[in-house]
Amino acid sequence: MTATVEKDTIRSEAKPRSVRKYSADISAMGEPFLWGLGGALAFGIILIVGFLALIFWNGFTTFWPKPIEVVTITDGTRVAGEPFRSEQYRPGPEILSGLTDDQRAEIVADEGFVGRTLYRTGNYDVTGEDFRWVSNFQVTDRAYPKDFFFFERQEWGAFVGTIASIDLNGRKLSLEELTLPGLEAEQEAARDRFDEVHHIERTDIGNVNHEINELRLDLRRAALRHGEGSPEYQELQQSNEARIAELQKDYLALANQARAIKEEDRKYRITLQTVNGEEKEIAISQIVRFYAANDLSFFEKVGVYLSRWGEFVSEEPREANTEGGILPAIFGTVVMTMLMVIIVAPFGVITALYLREYAKQGRLVTIVRISVNNLAGVPSIVYGVFGVGFFAYMLGGSIDALFYPERLPSPTFGTGGILWSALTLALLTVPVVIVATEEALSAVPRSMREGSLACGASKWQTIKWIVLPRAMPGVMTGLILAMARGAGEVAPLMLIGVVKLAPELPIDGFFPYVHLERSFMHLGFHIFDVGFQSRNSEAGKPMVFVTTLLLIGLIVLMNSSAIYVRNRLKKKFAGSQF
Amino acid sequence: MSDTATLSPTSGIGSGKGQANGGRPALPTGETNYHFVTSPEGSVIDVDKFNLWYGSAQALYDISLSFQKGLVTALIGPSGCGKSTLLRSLNRMNDLIDNLSIDGNVTIGGHDIYGPGVDVIALRKRMGMVFQKPNPFAMSIYDNVVYPLRVDGISDRRVLDETCERALRGSALWDEVKDRLKESALGMSGGQQQRLCIARAIASDPEVLLMDEPCSALDPIATAKIEELIDELRGHYTMIIVTHNMQQAGRVSDNTAFMYLGRLIEYGKTETIFTAPQVPQTRDYVTGRFG
Repeated sequence: MTATVEKDTIRSEAKPRSVRKYSADISAMGEPFLWGLGGALAFGIILIVGFLALIFWNGFTTFWPKPIEVVTITDGTRVAGEPFRSEQYRPGPEILSGLTDDQRAEIVADEGFVGRTLYRTGNYDVTGEDFRWVSNFQVTDRAYPKDFFFFERQEWGAFVGTIASIDLNGRKLSLEELTLPGLEAEQEAARDRFDEVHHIERTDIGNVNHEINELRLDLRRAALRHGEGSPEYQELQQSNEARIAELQKDYLALANQARAIKEEDRKYRITLQTVNGEEKEIAISQIVRFYAANDLSFFEKVGVYLSRWGEFVSEEPREANTEGGILPAIFGTVVMTMLMVIIVAPFGVITALYLREYAKQGRLVTIVRISVNNLAGVPSIVYGVFGVGFFAYMLGGSIDALFYPERLPSPTFGTGGILWSALTLALLTVPVVIVATEEALSAVPRSMREGSLACGASKWQTIKWIVLPRAMPGVMTGLILAMARGAGEVAPLMLIGVVKLAPELPIDGFFPYVHLERSFMHLGFHIFDVGFQSRNSEAGKPMVFVTTLLLIGLIVLMNSSAIYVRNRLKKKFAGSQF
Repeated sequence: MSDTATLSPTSGIGSGKGQANGGRPALPTGETNYHFVTSPEGSVIDVDKFNLWYGSAQALYDISLSFQKGLVTALIGPSGCGKSTLLRSLNRMNDLIDNLSIDGNVTIGGHDIYGPGVDVIALRKRMGMVFQKPNPFAMSIYDNVVYPLRVDGISDRRVLDETCERALRGSALWDEVKDRLKESALGMSGGQQQRLCIARAIASDPEVLLMDEPCSALDPIATAKIEELIDELRGHYTMIIVTHNMQQAGRVSDNTAFMYLGRLIEYGKTETIFTAPQVPQTRDYVTGRFG
C-alpha cells in the first residue's frame, strides 16, 4: 500500500501538469438528486396513503356491529356497552388512595399507568350519560350475555339492555312468547306506521301548507299592487278565503288521520331494561334498528352493516346529525358543486380567452394576471364575507325588493342560499380555471391558428372552431381542480348558506322545482358540525370519519367523471403530428 | 421581359461582380438582377420596394418583384434570408407578430394589400396557403376540406360535397380517401395530410397558392407526389413555393427568385438560374458553395 502511494507521489512530481480524472465526482452524478427526489415522492405518498388509510379504516368499520360487554365493577354495579376505545392513563393520588395494596403495587410496576376502556353505554335518557370510562382495576368480571340488545332509537340515541316485556295492544308478552322474528315483524309494522305518519305530516300536510302560503302571498301581492281597498283585492280575498277554508278542511282530515295512526301506534309498546335494572317503556315504532349484539352470525352482522350504510346514504339525519343519514348533505354538496362548475366554467374561460387572445399583452394585462393569481391566495373566509355582503345583502336584497316584495320582511334571496354559495365558490375557484385555460390556449400550436386564418377564417371563427376545442382538455383540467377545491371548501359556506339542518332540499316537487334561494346542507360543514359542535364529541367521531369518507368518495367520483370526459376529448387529438 | 424595366431600372448583369472573394459570398448590394419569364396573362402580385422590420431588426430590404399569373415561382435562398417572411407578407400572415413594421407596396390585381381599410380576411380568401408541416385540423377529412367554405357560412350539403370531391381530386387524394371522408384527418400519413392541406387550400378556388416549404417534413415518395401535384395544378393557379430543395425548385418552377440576407439577388427563369446564373452569389448558392 505504501509502495503505491510513493509511486504516485513520484509520478505526480515527475508530471506536474494536472491529469484528467476519469471517475465522476459524486456531486457530478445524478444519483444523490435522484435519491432526494424519490425520497420526497415517497414521503408524500406515505403521508397521503396514511391519511387515506386512516379515513378508510375508520370510515368502513364504524357501521360494523360490535359486541356488548357487560362489566361488573368493584362497587357492585354493572356497565353494559360497546367497547369504544382503550388507552393508558396515570391515575391521580385521590384514586390511588382508594385502592388495595395489591392494585397499587401493580400500578407502580407499570410505572404508574393504568389501562382503561371507554364503553358506549347508551341509555342517555335513563343514566344521563352515553359513554363511560372503566379502569382495568375496577373490573371484577366481564361477560357477553346473549340476551343483551343494541337498540337504535328515533330519539335519545342508543339503548343497551334487555327486553323486559312487550305490550301488543293490551296483550302482555315476554320475548320468549313472541319470539325474536315475531318482534322483528312487529317492529317493521310499527316502522311502517311511523313512516306513514311522517309522510302525512311532511308531504301531504306540507302540500296543504304550501298552497295556503301561496294564497296568502298572492293576496299580499294584490294588496301591494292594487291597494287593500281595490275591487281586485276584494275579489281575490273572497276566492282565497273560500279556497283556504277548503284547505283547512283537508288539513284537519289529514291531521285526524295522522292522529289516529299515532294513537294506534301508541298501543304497541316495549319495555326495555338496563343492565342495572331500570326500566324504560317506549313505543315499538321508536326503534329504528335492534339486534342481539352477542348473538349474531357473520351474515347477520353484514346485514346490519349494509342496512346502516343504506340508512346513512338515503335518510335524513336525526339526533342532532349524529345519527341517521346524510342524504340532504350529499344532495346539497353535489347540487352546489355542479352549480359552481356551471358558473365558473364560462366565466373563467371567457376571461382567459380575452386575456390571452384579444387583450394587448402589455403592463395592464400583466397586472390583471398577477391579481388573478393573487386572488387564489386570499383566505376563503374573506370570500364568504364578500359573498354575504355583496351577493346576499346587495344583490339578493335588490332581487327581493323587486320580485318578492310580498314576502318581506322575511328574505327570499336576501340571505344565504345555494345560489350565492355557488357564486362565492365560483369566485374563489375562478383563478384556477383562468390560469389553466390560459396555459391551454397558449399551448395550442401556432400552425393550427395559422392554418385556419389562411383559410380566410376570422379570429373568432378560429378560436371557436380550432383553438377552443383544442384547449378543451386543459380547460377540463382547470375545472377538475376547481371542482375538487370547491367541493371541499367549508369556511365561506358557513357564512353564506350552509345550515346544520335544512328542512327542505334545494330541488323538490314544488314549482319552480329548483329553489336556488334555499339554504342547504353540505358534507364539509356536516363534518365540522358533528365533530366539533355536537353534544357529545365521542358520539360524533365515527360519523366524522364516515362523512369524510363519503365526501372524498364524492369528489373522486365527480373528478373521475370529469377526467373521463377529458380523456375522450384528448383522444380526438391523439393522432396529431404535433 | 417587358416588366423588367417597369419594375426596376437597376437591372444589370454586372451587379455584385467581383465581390465573390475566396468563396465567401459578398454582402448584397441592394440591386437585383431580373430575367424572369413573363406570363401572357400578366402579373398577379406585384411587390414594390418592400421593406420589413421585426422590431428594430430589418428582415427584408427593398424587395421588388412580380409574380406571374399561372406560373410557378420558387423562392430559394439560405436559412434566414427572408423567403418565408416575404411569402407570409403576401397574405398578411405576419400580422400575428407584434412589433412588425413595413414599408413599400404589395398589390394583388392592382389593389394594395397593406392599404387602409383592406379586408384581411377577404384577402386571405384569395390566396390558399400550405405550410411547412402538415396542419390538418382535428376534424374529419371532409370537414377539413370544406373548412374554408364553412368559414364563409356555406352549409348547402350539395355545394360542400361537390367542393370536397373537386378539391380532393385536385390534390390527387380522392381515390385514397373517398371511403373514409368521415374519419379523423389525423389518422392519415404525413404525405396524405400535406395533400389534404393542399386540398383545403384550393377548396375555396383561390387565385394564388402560397406554399411554405411544403415538402420539408415529408419523405421522398410523398415529396414526389406533391411535386407531381404541383405540376398538375400548374396553369390553374399561380403558385409561389418556398423551398430549400434546389432540385425541387429546378423541377417544378418556371421562375426562381434567389434571396440572400433579406435582399432579392436574382429573379429569373429557372433554367437560367440553375445553368447560367447571372450573379456570382446565385452561382455560389446553386452550386452548393454555401447555404
